[in-house]
Amino acid sequence: MHELAVCQALIEQVERVARDNAARRIVSITVSVGPLSGVEPQLLEHAYPLAAAGTVAEVARLVVVTVPVRVRCRACKAETEAASNRLLCGSCNDWHVDVIAGEEMLLQRVEIETADEPVH
Amino acid sequence: MCRDCGCSLGPAATRAPFAAQPAGKGHIESIEVITAILDENDRVAAHNRTHFDGHGVLAINLMSSPGSGKTSLLEATIRALAGELKIAVIEGDLATENDAARIRACGVPAIQITTGNACHLDAQMVHDALHDLPLDGIDVLFVENVGNLVCPASFDLGVHRNLTLLSVPEGDDKPAKYPVMFRAADLTLITKVDLLPHIEEFSVARARDSLRHVGFRGDVIELTRRGGPGFDAWLGWLRSEIAARRAAAA
Repeated sequence: MHELAVCQALIEQVERVARDNAARRIVSITVSVGPLSGVEPQLLEHAYPLAAAGTVAEVARLVVVTVPVRVRCRACKAETEAASNRLLCGSCNDWHVDVIAGEEMLLQRVEIETADEPVH
Repeated sequence: MCRDCGCSLGPAATRAPFAAQPAGKGHIESIEVITAILDENDRVAAHNRTHFDGHGVLAINLMSSPGSGKTSLLEATIRALAGELKIAVIEGDLATENDAARIRACGVPAIQITTGNACHLDAQMVHDALHDLPLDGIDVLFVENVGNLVCPASFDLGVHRNLTLLSVPEGDDKPAKYPVMFRAADLTLITKVDLLPHIEEFSVARARDSLRHVGFRGDVIELTRRGGPGFDAWLGWLRSEIAARRAAAA
């Protein structure tokens, strides 16, 4: 269950964003996760409240965008989706493929509530 | 090791809590960030790698299920290379000093990290262990990760090479079941091959196919710690990695 450690790292990054932008609280956090990152989106969602408790992100909504695995075939150049344990070209079935998506574990966006009304 | 970066105080200092304030009349702002969530781990891993390079040490992370033979492989490797290479070991387990004691009994330095309930090592744990492990004169540092085919795969430790062990009793479909870890490896060792005659369900050909399907592109060595051509091939791999590292440093 390393998703708790991942959430703790996420909260540290979000706290930095909150400090830098004088946020009074975090409204939402958007992350993108691919199956090849080794992180399970559902476990991430379960672990998140434990890591967020008592922090500036305590009531923030966690949005996990899952990114499918995609491979590019070196033989036929096709770009297709693949399962994590079957990284084969979906077009010609060759295993000489490069992974072009599905490895990411990224913090994409943080929605904050700032301390004051903006000055116009 | 850390005079320059100011981290010589040991484990990371605890942070002051930064609590949310109640919802007010402030306005909502959306900020695009786009950073790796494990950015901080990656930073510490890079720091570890610099430390290894500075000492001319080849660092290798061993990952596998519990009981696949990591510690036994290290014992046999240390004995086979005694007088040829200087080895040190960082051991990761949830509890006990058993593995470090086994390694020390072979006459090499070993630091035990006990993670409590943590299912993996991370770069900071290895970093903290390095404060207690002088690397002068060491050729190879093995980091034996917590026995687990899932969690360790997500954390860069700053090592140069990642190895996975797949033991014959575990079954040849382990790569298909745990693709992320096997894909991340530079070398896969199929261990306990002396049991092949007794475990006919295990097919080395199927294991190799399974590894190819998860995107593993490294070498596969079949061995038993009791010696033989596979064990010699493993020692050969190790020697060639050290030679390559020395050539690059020269």
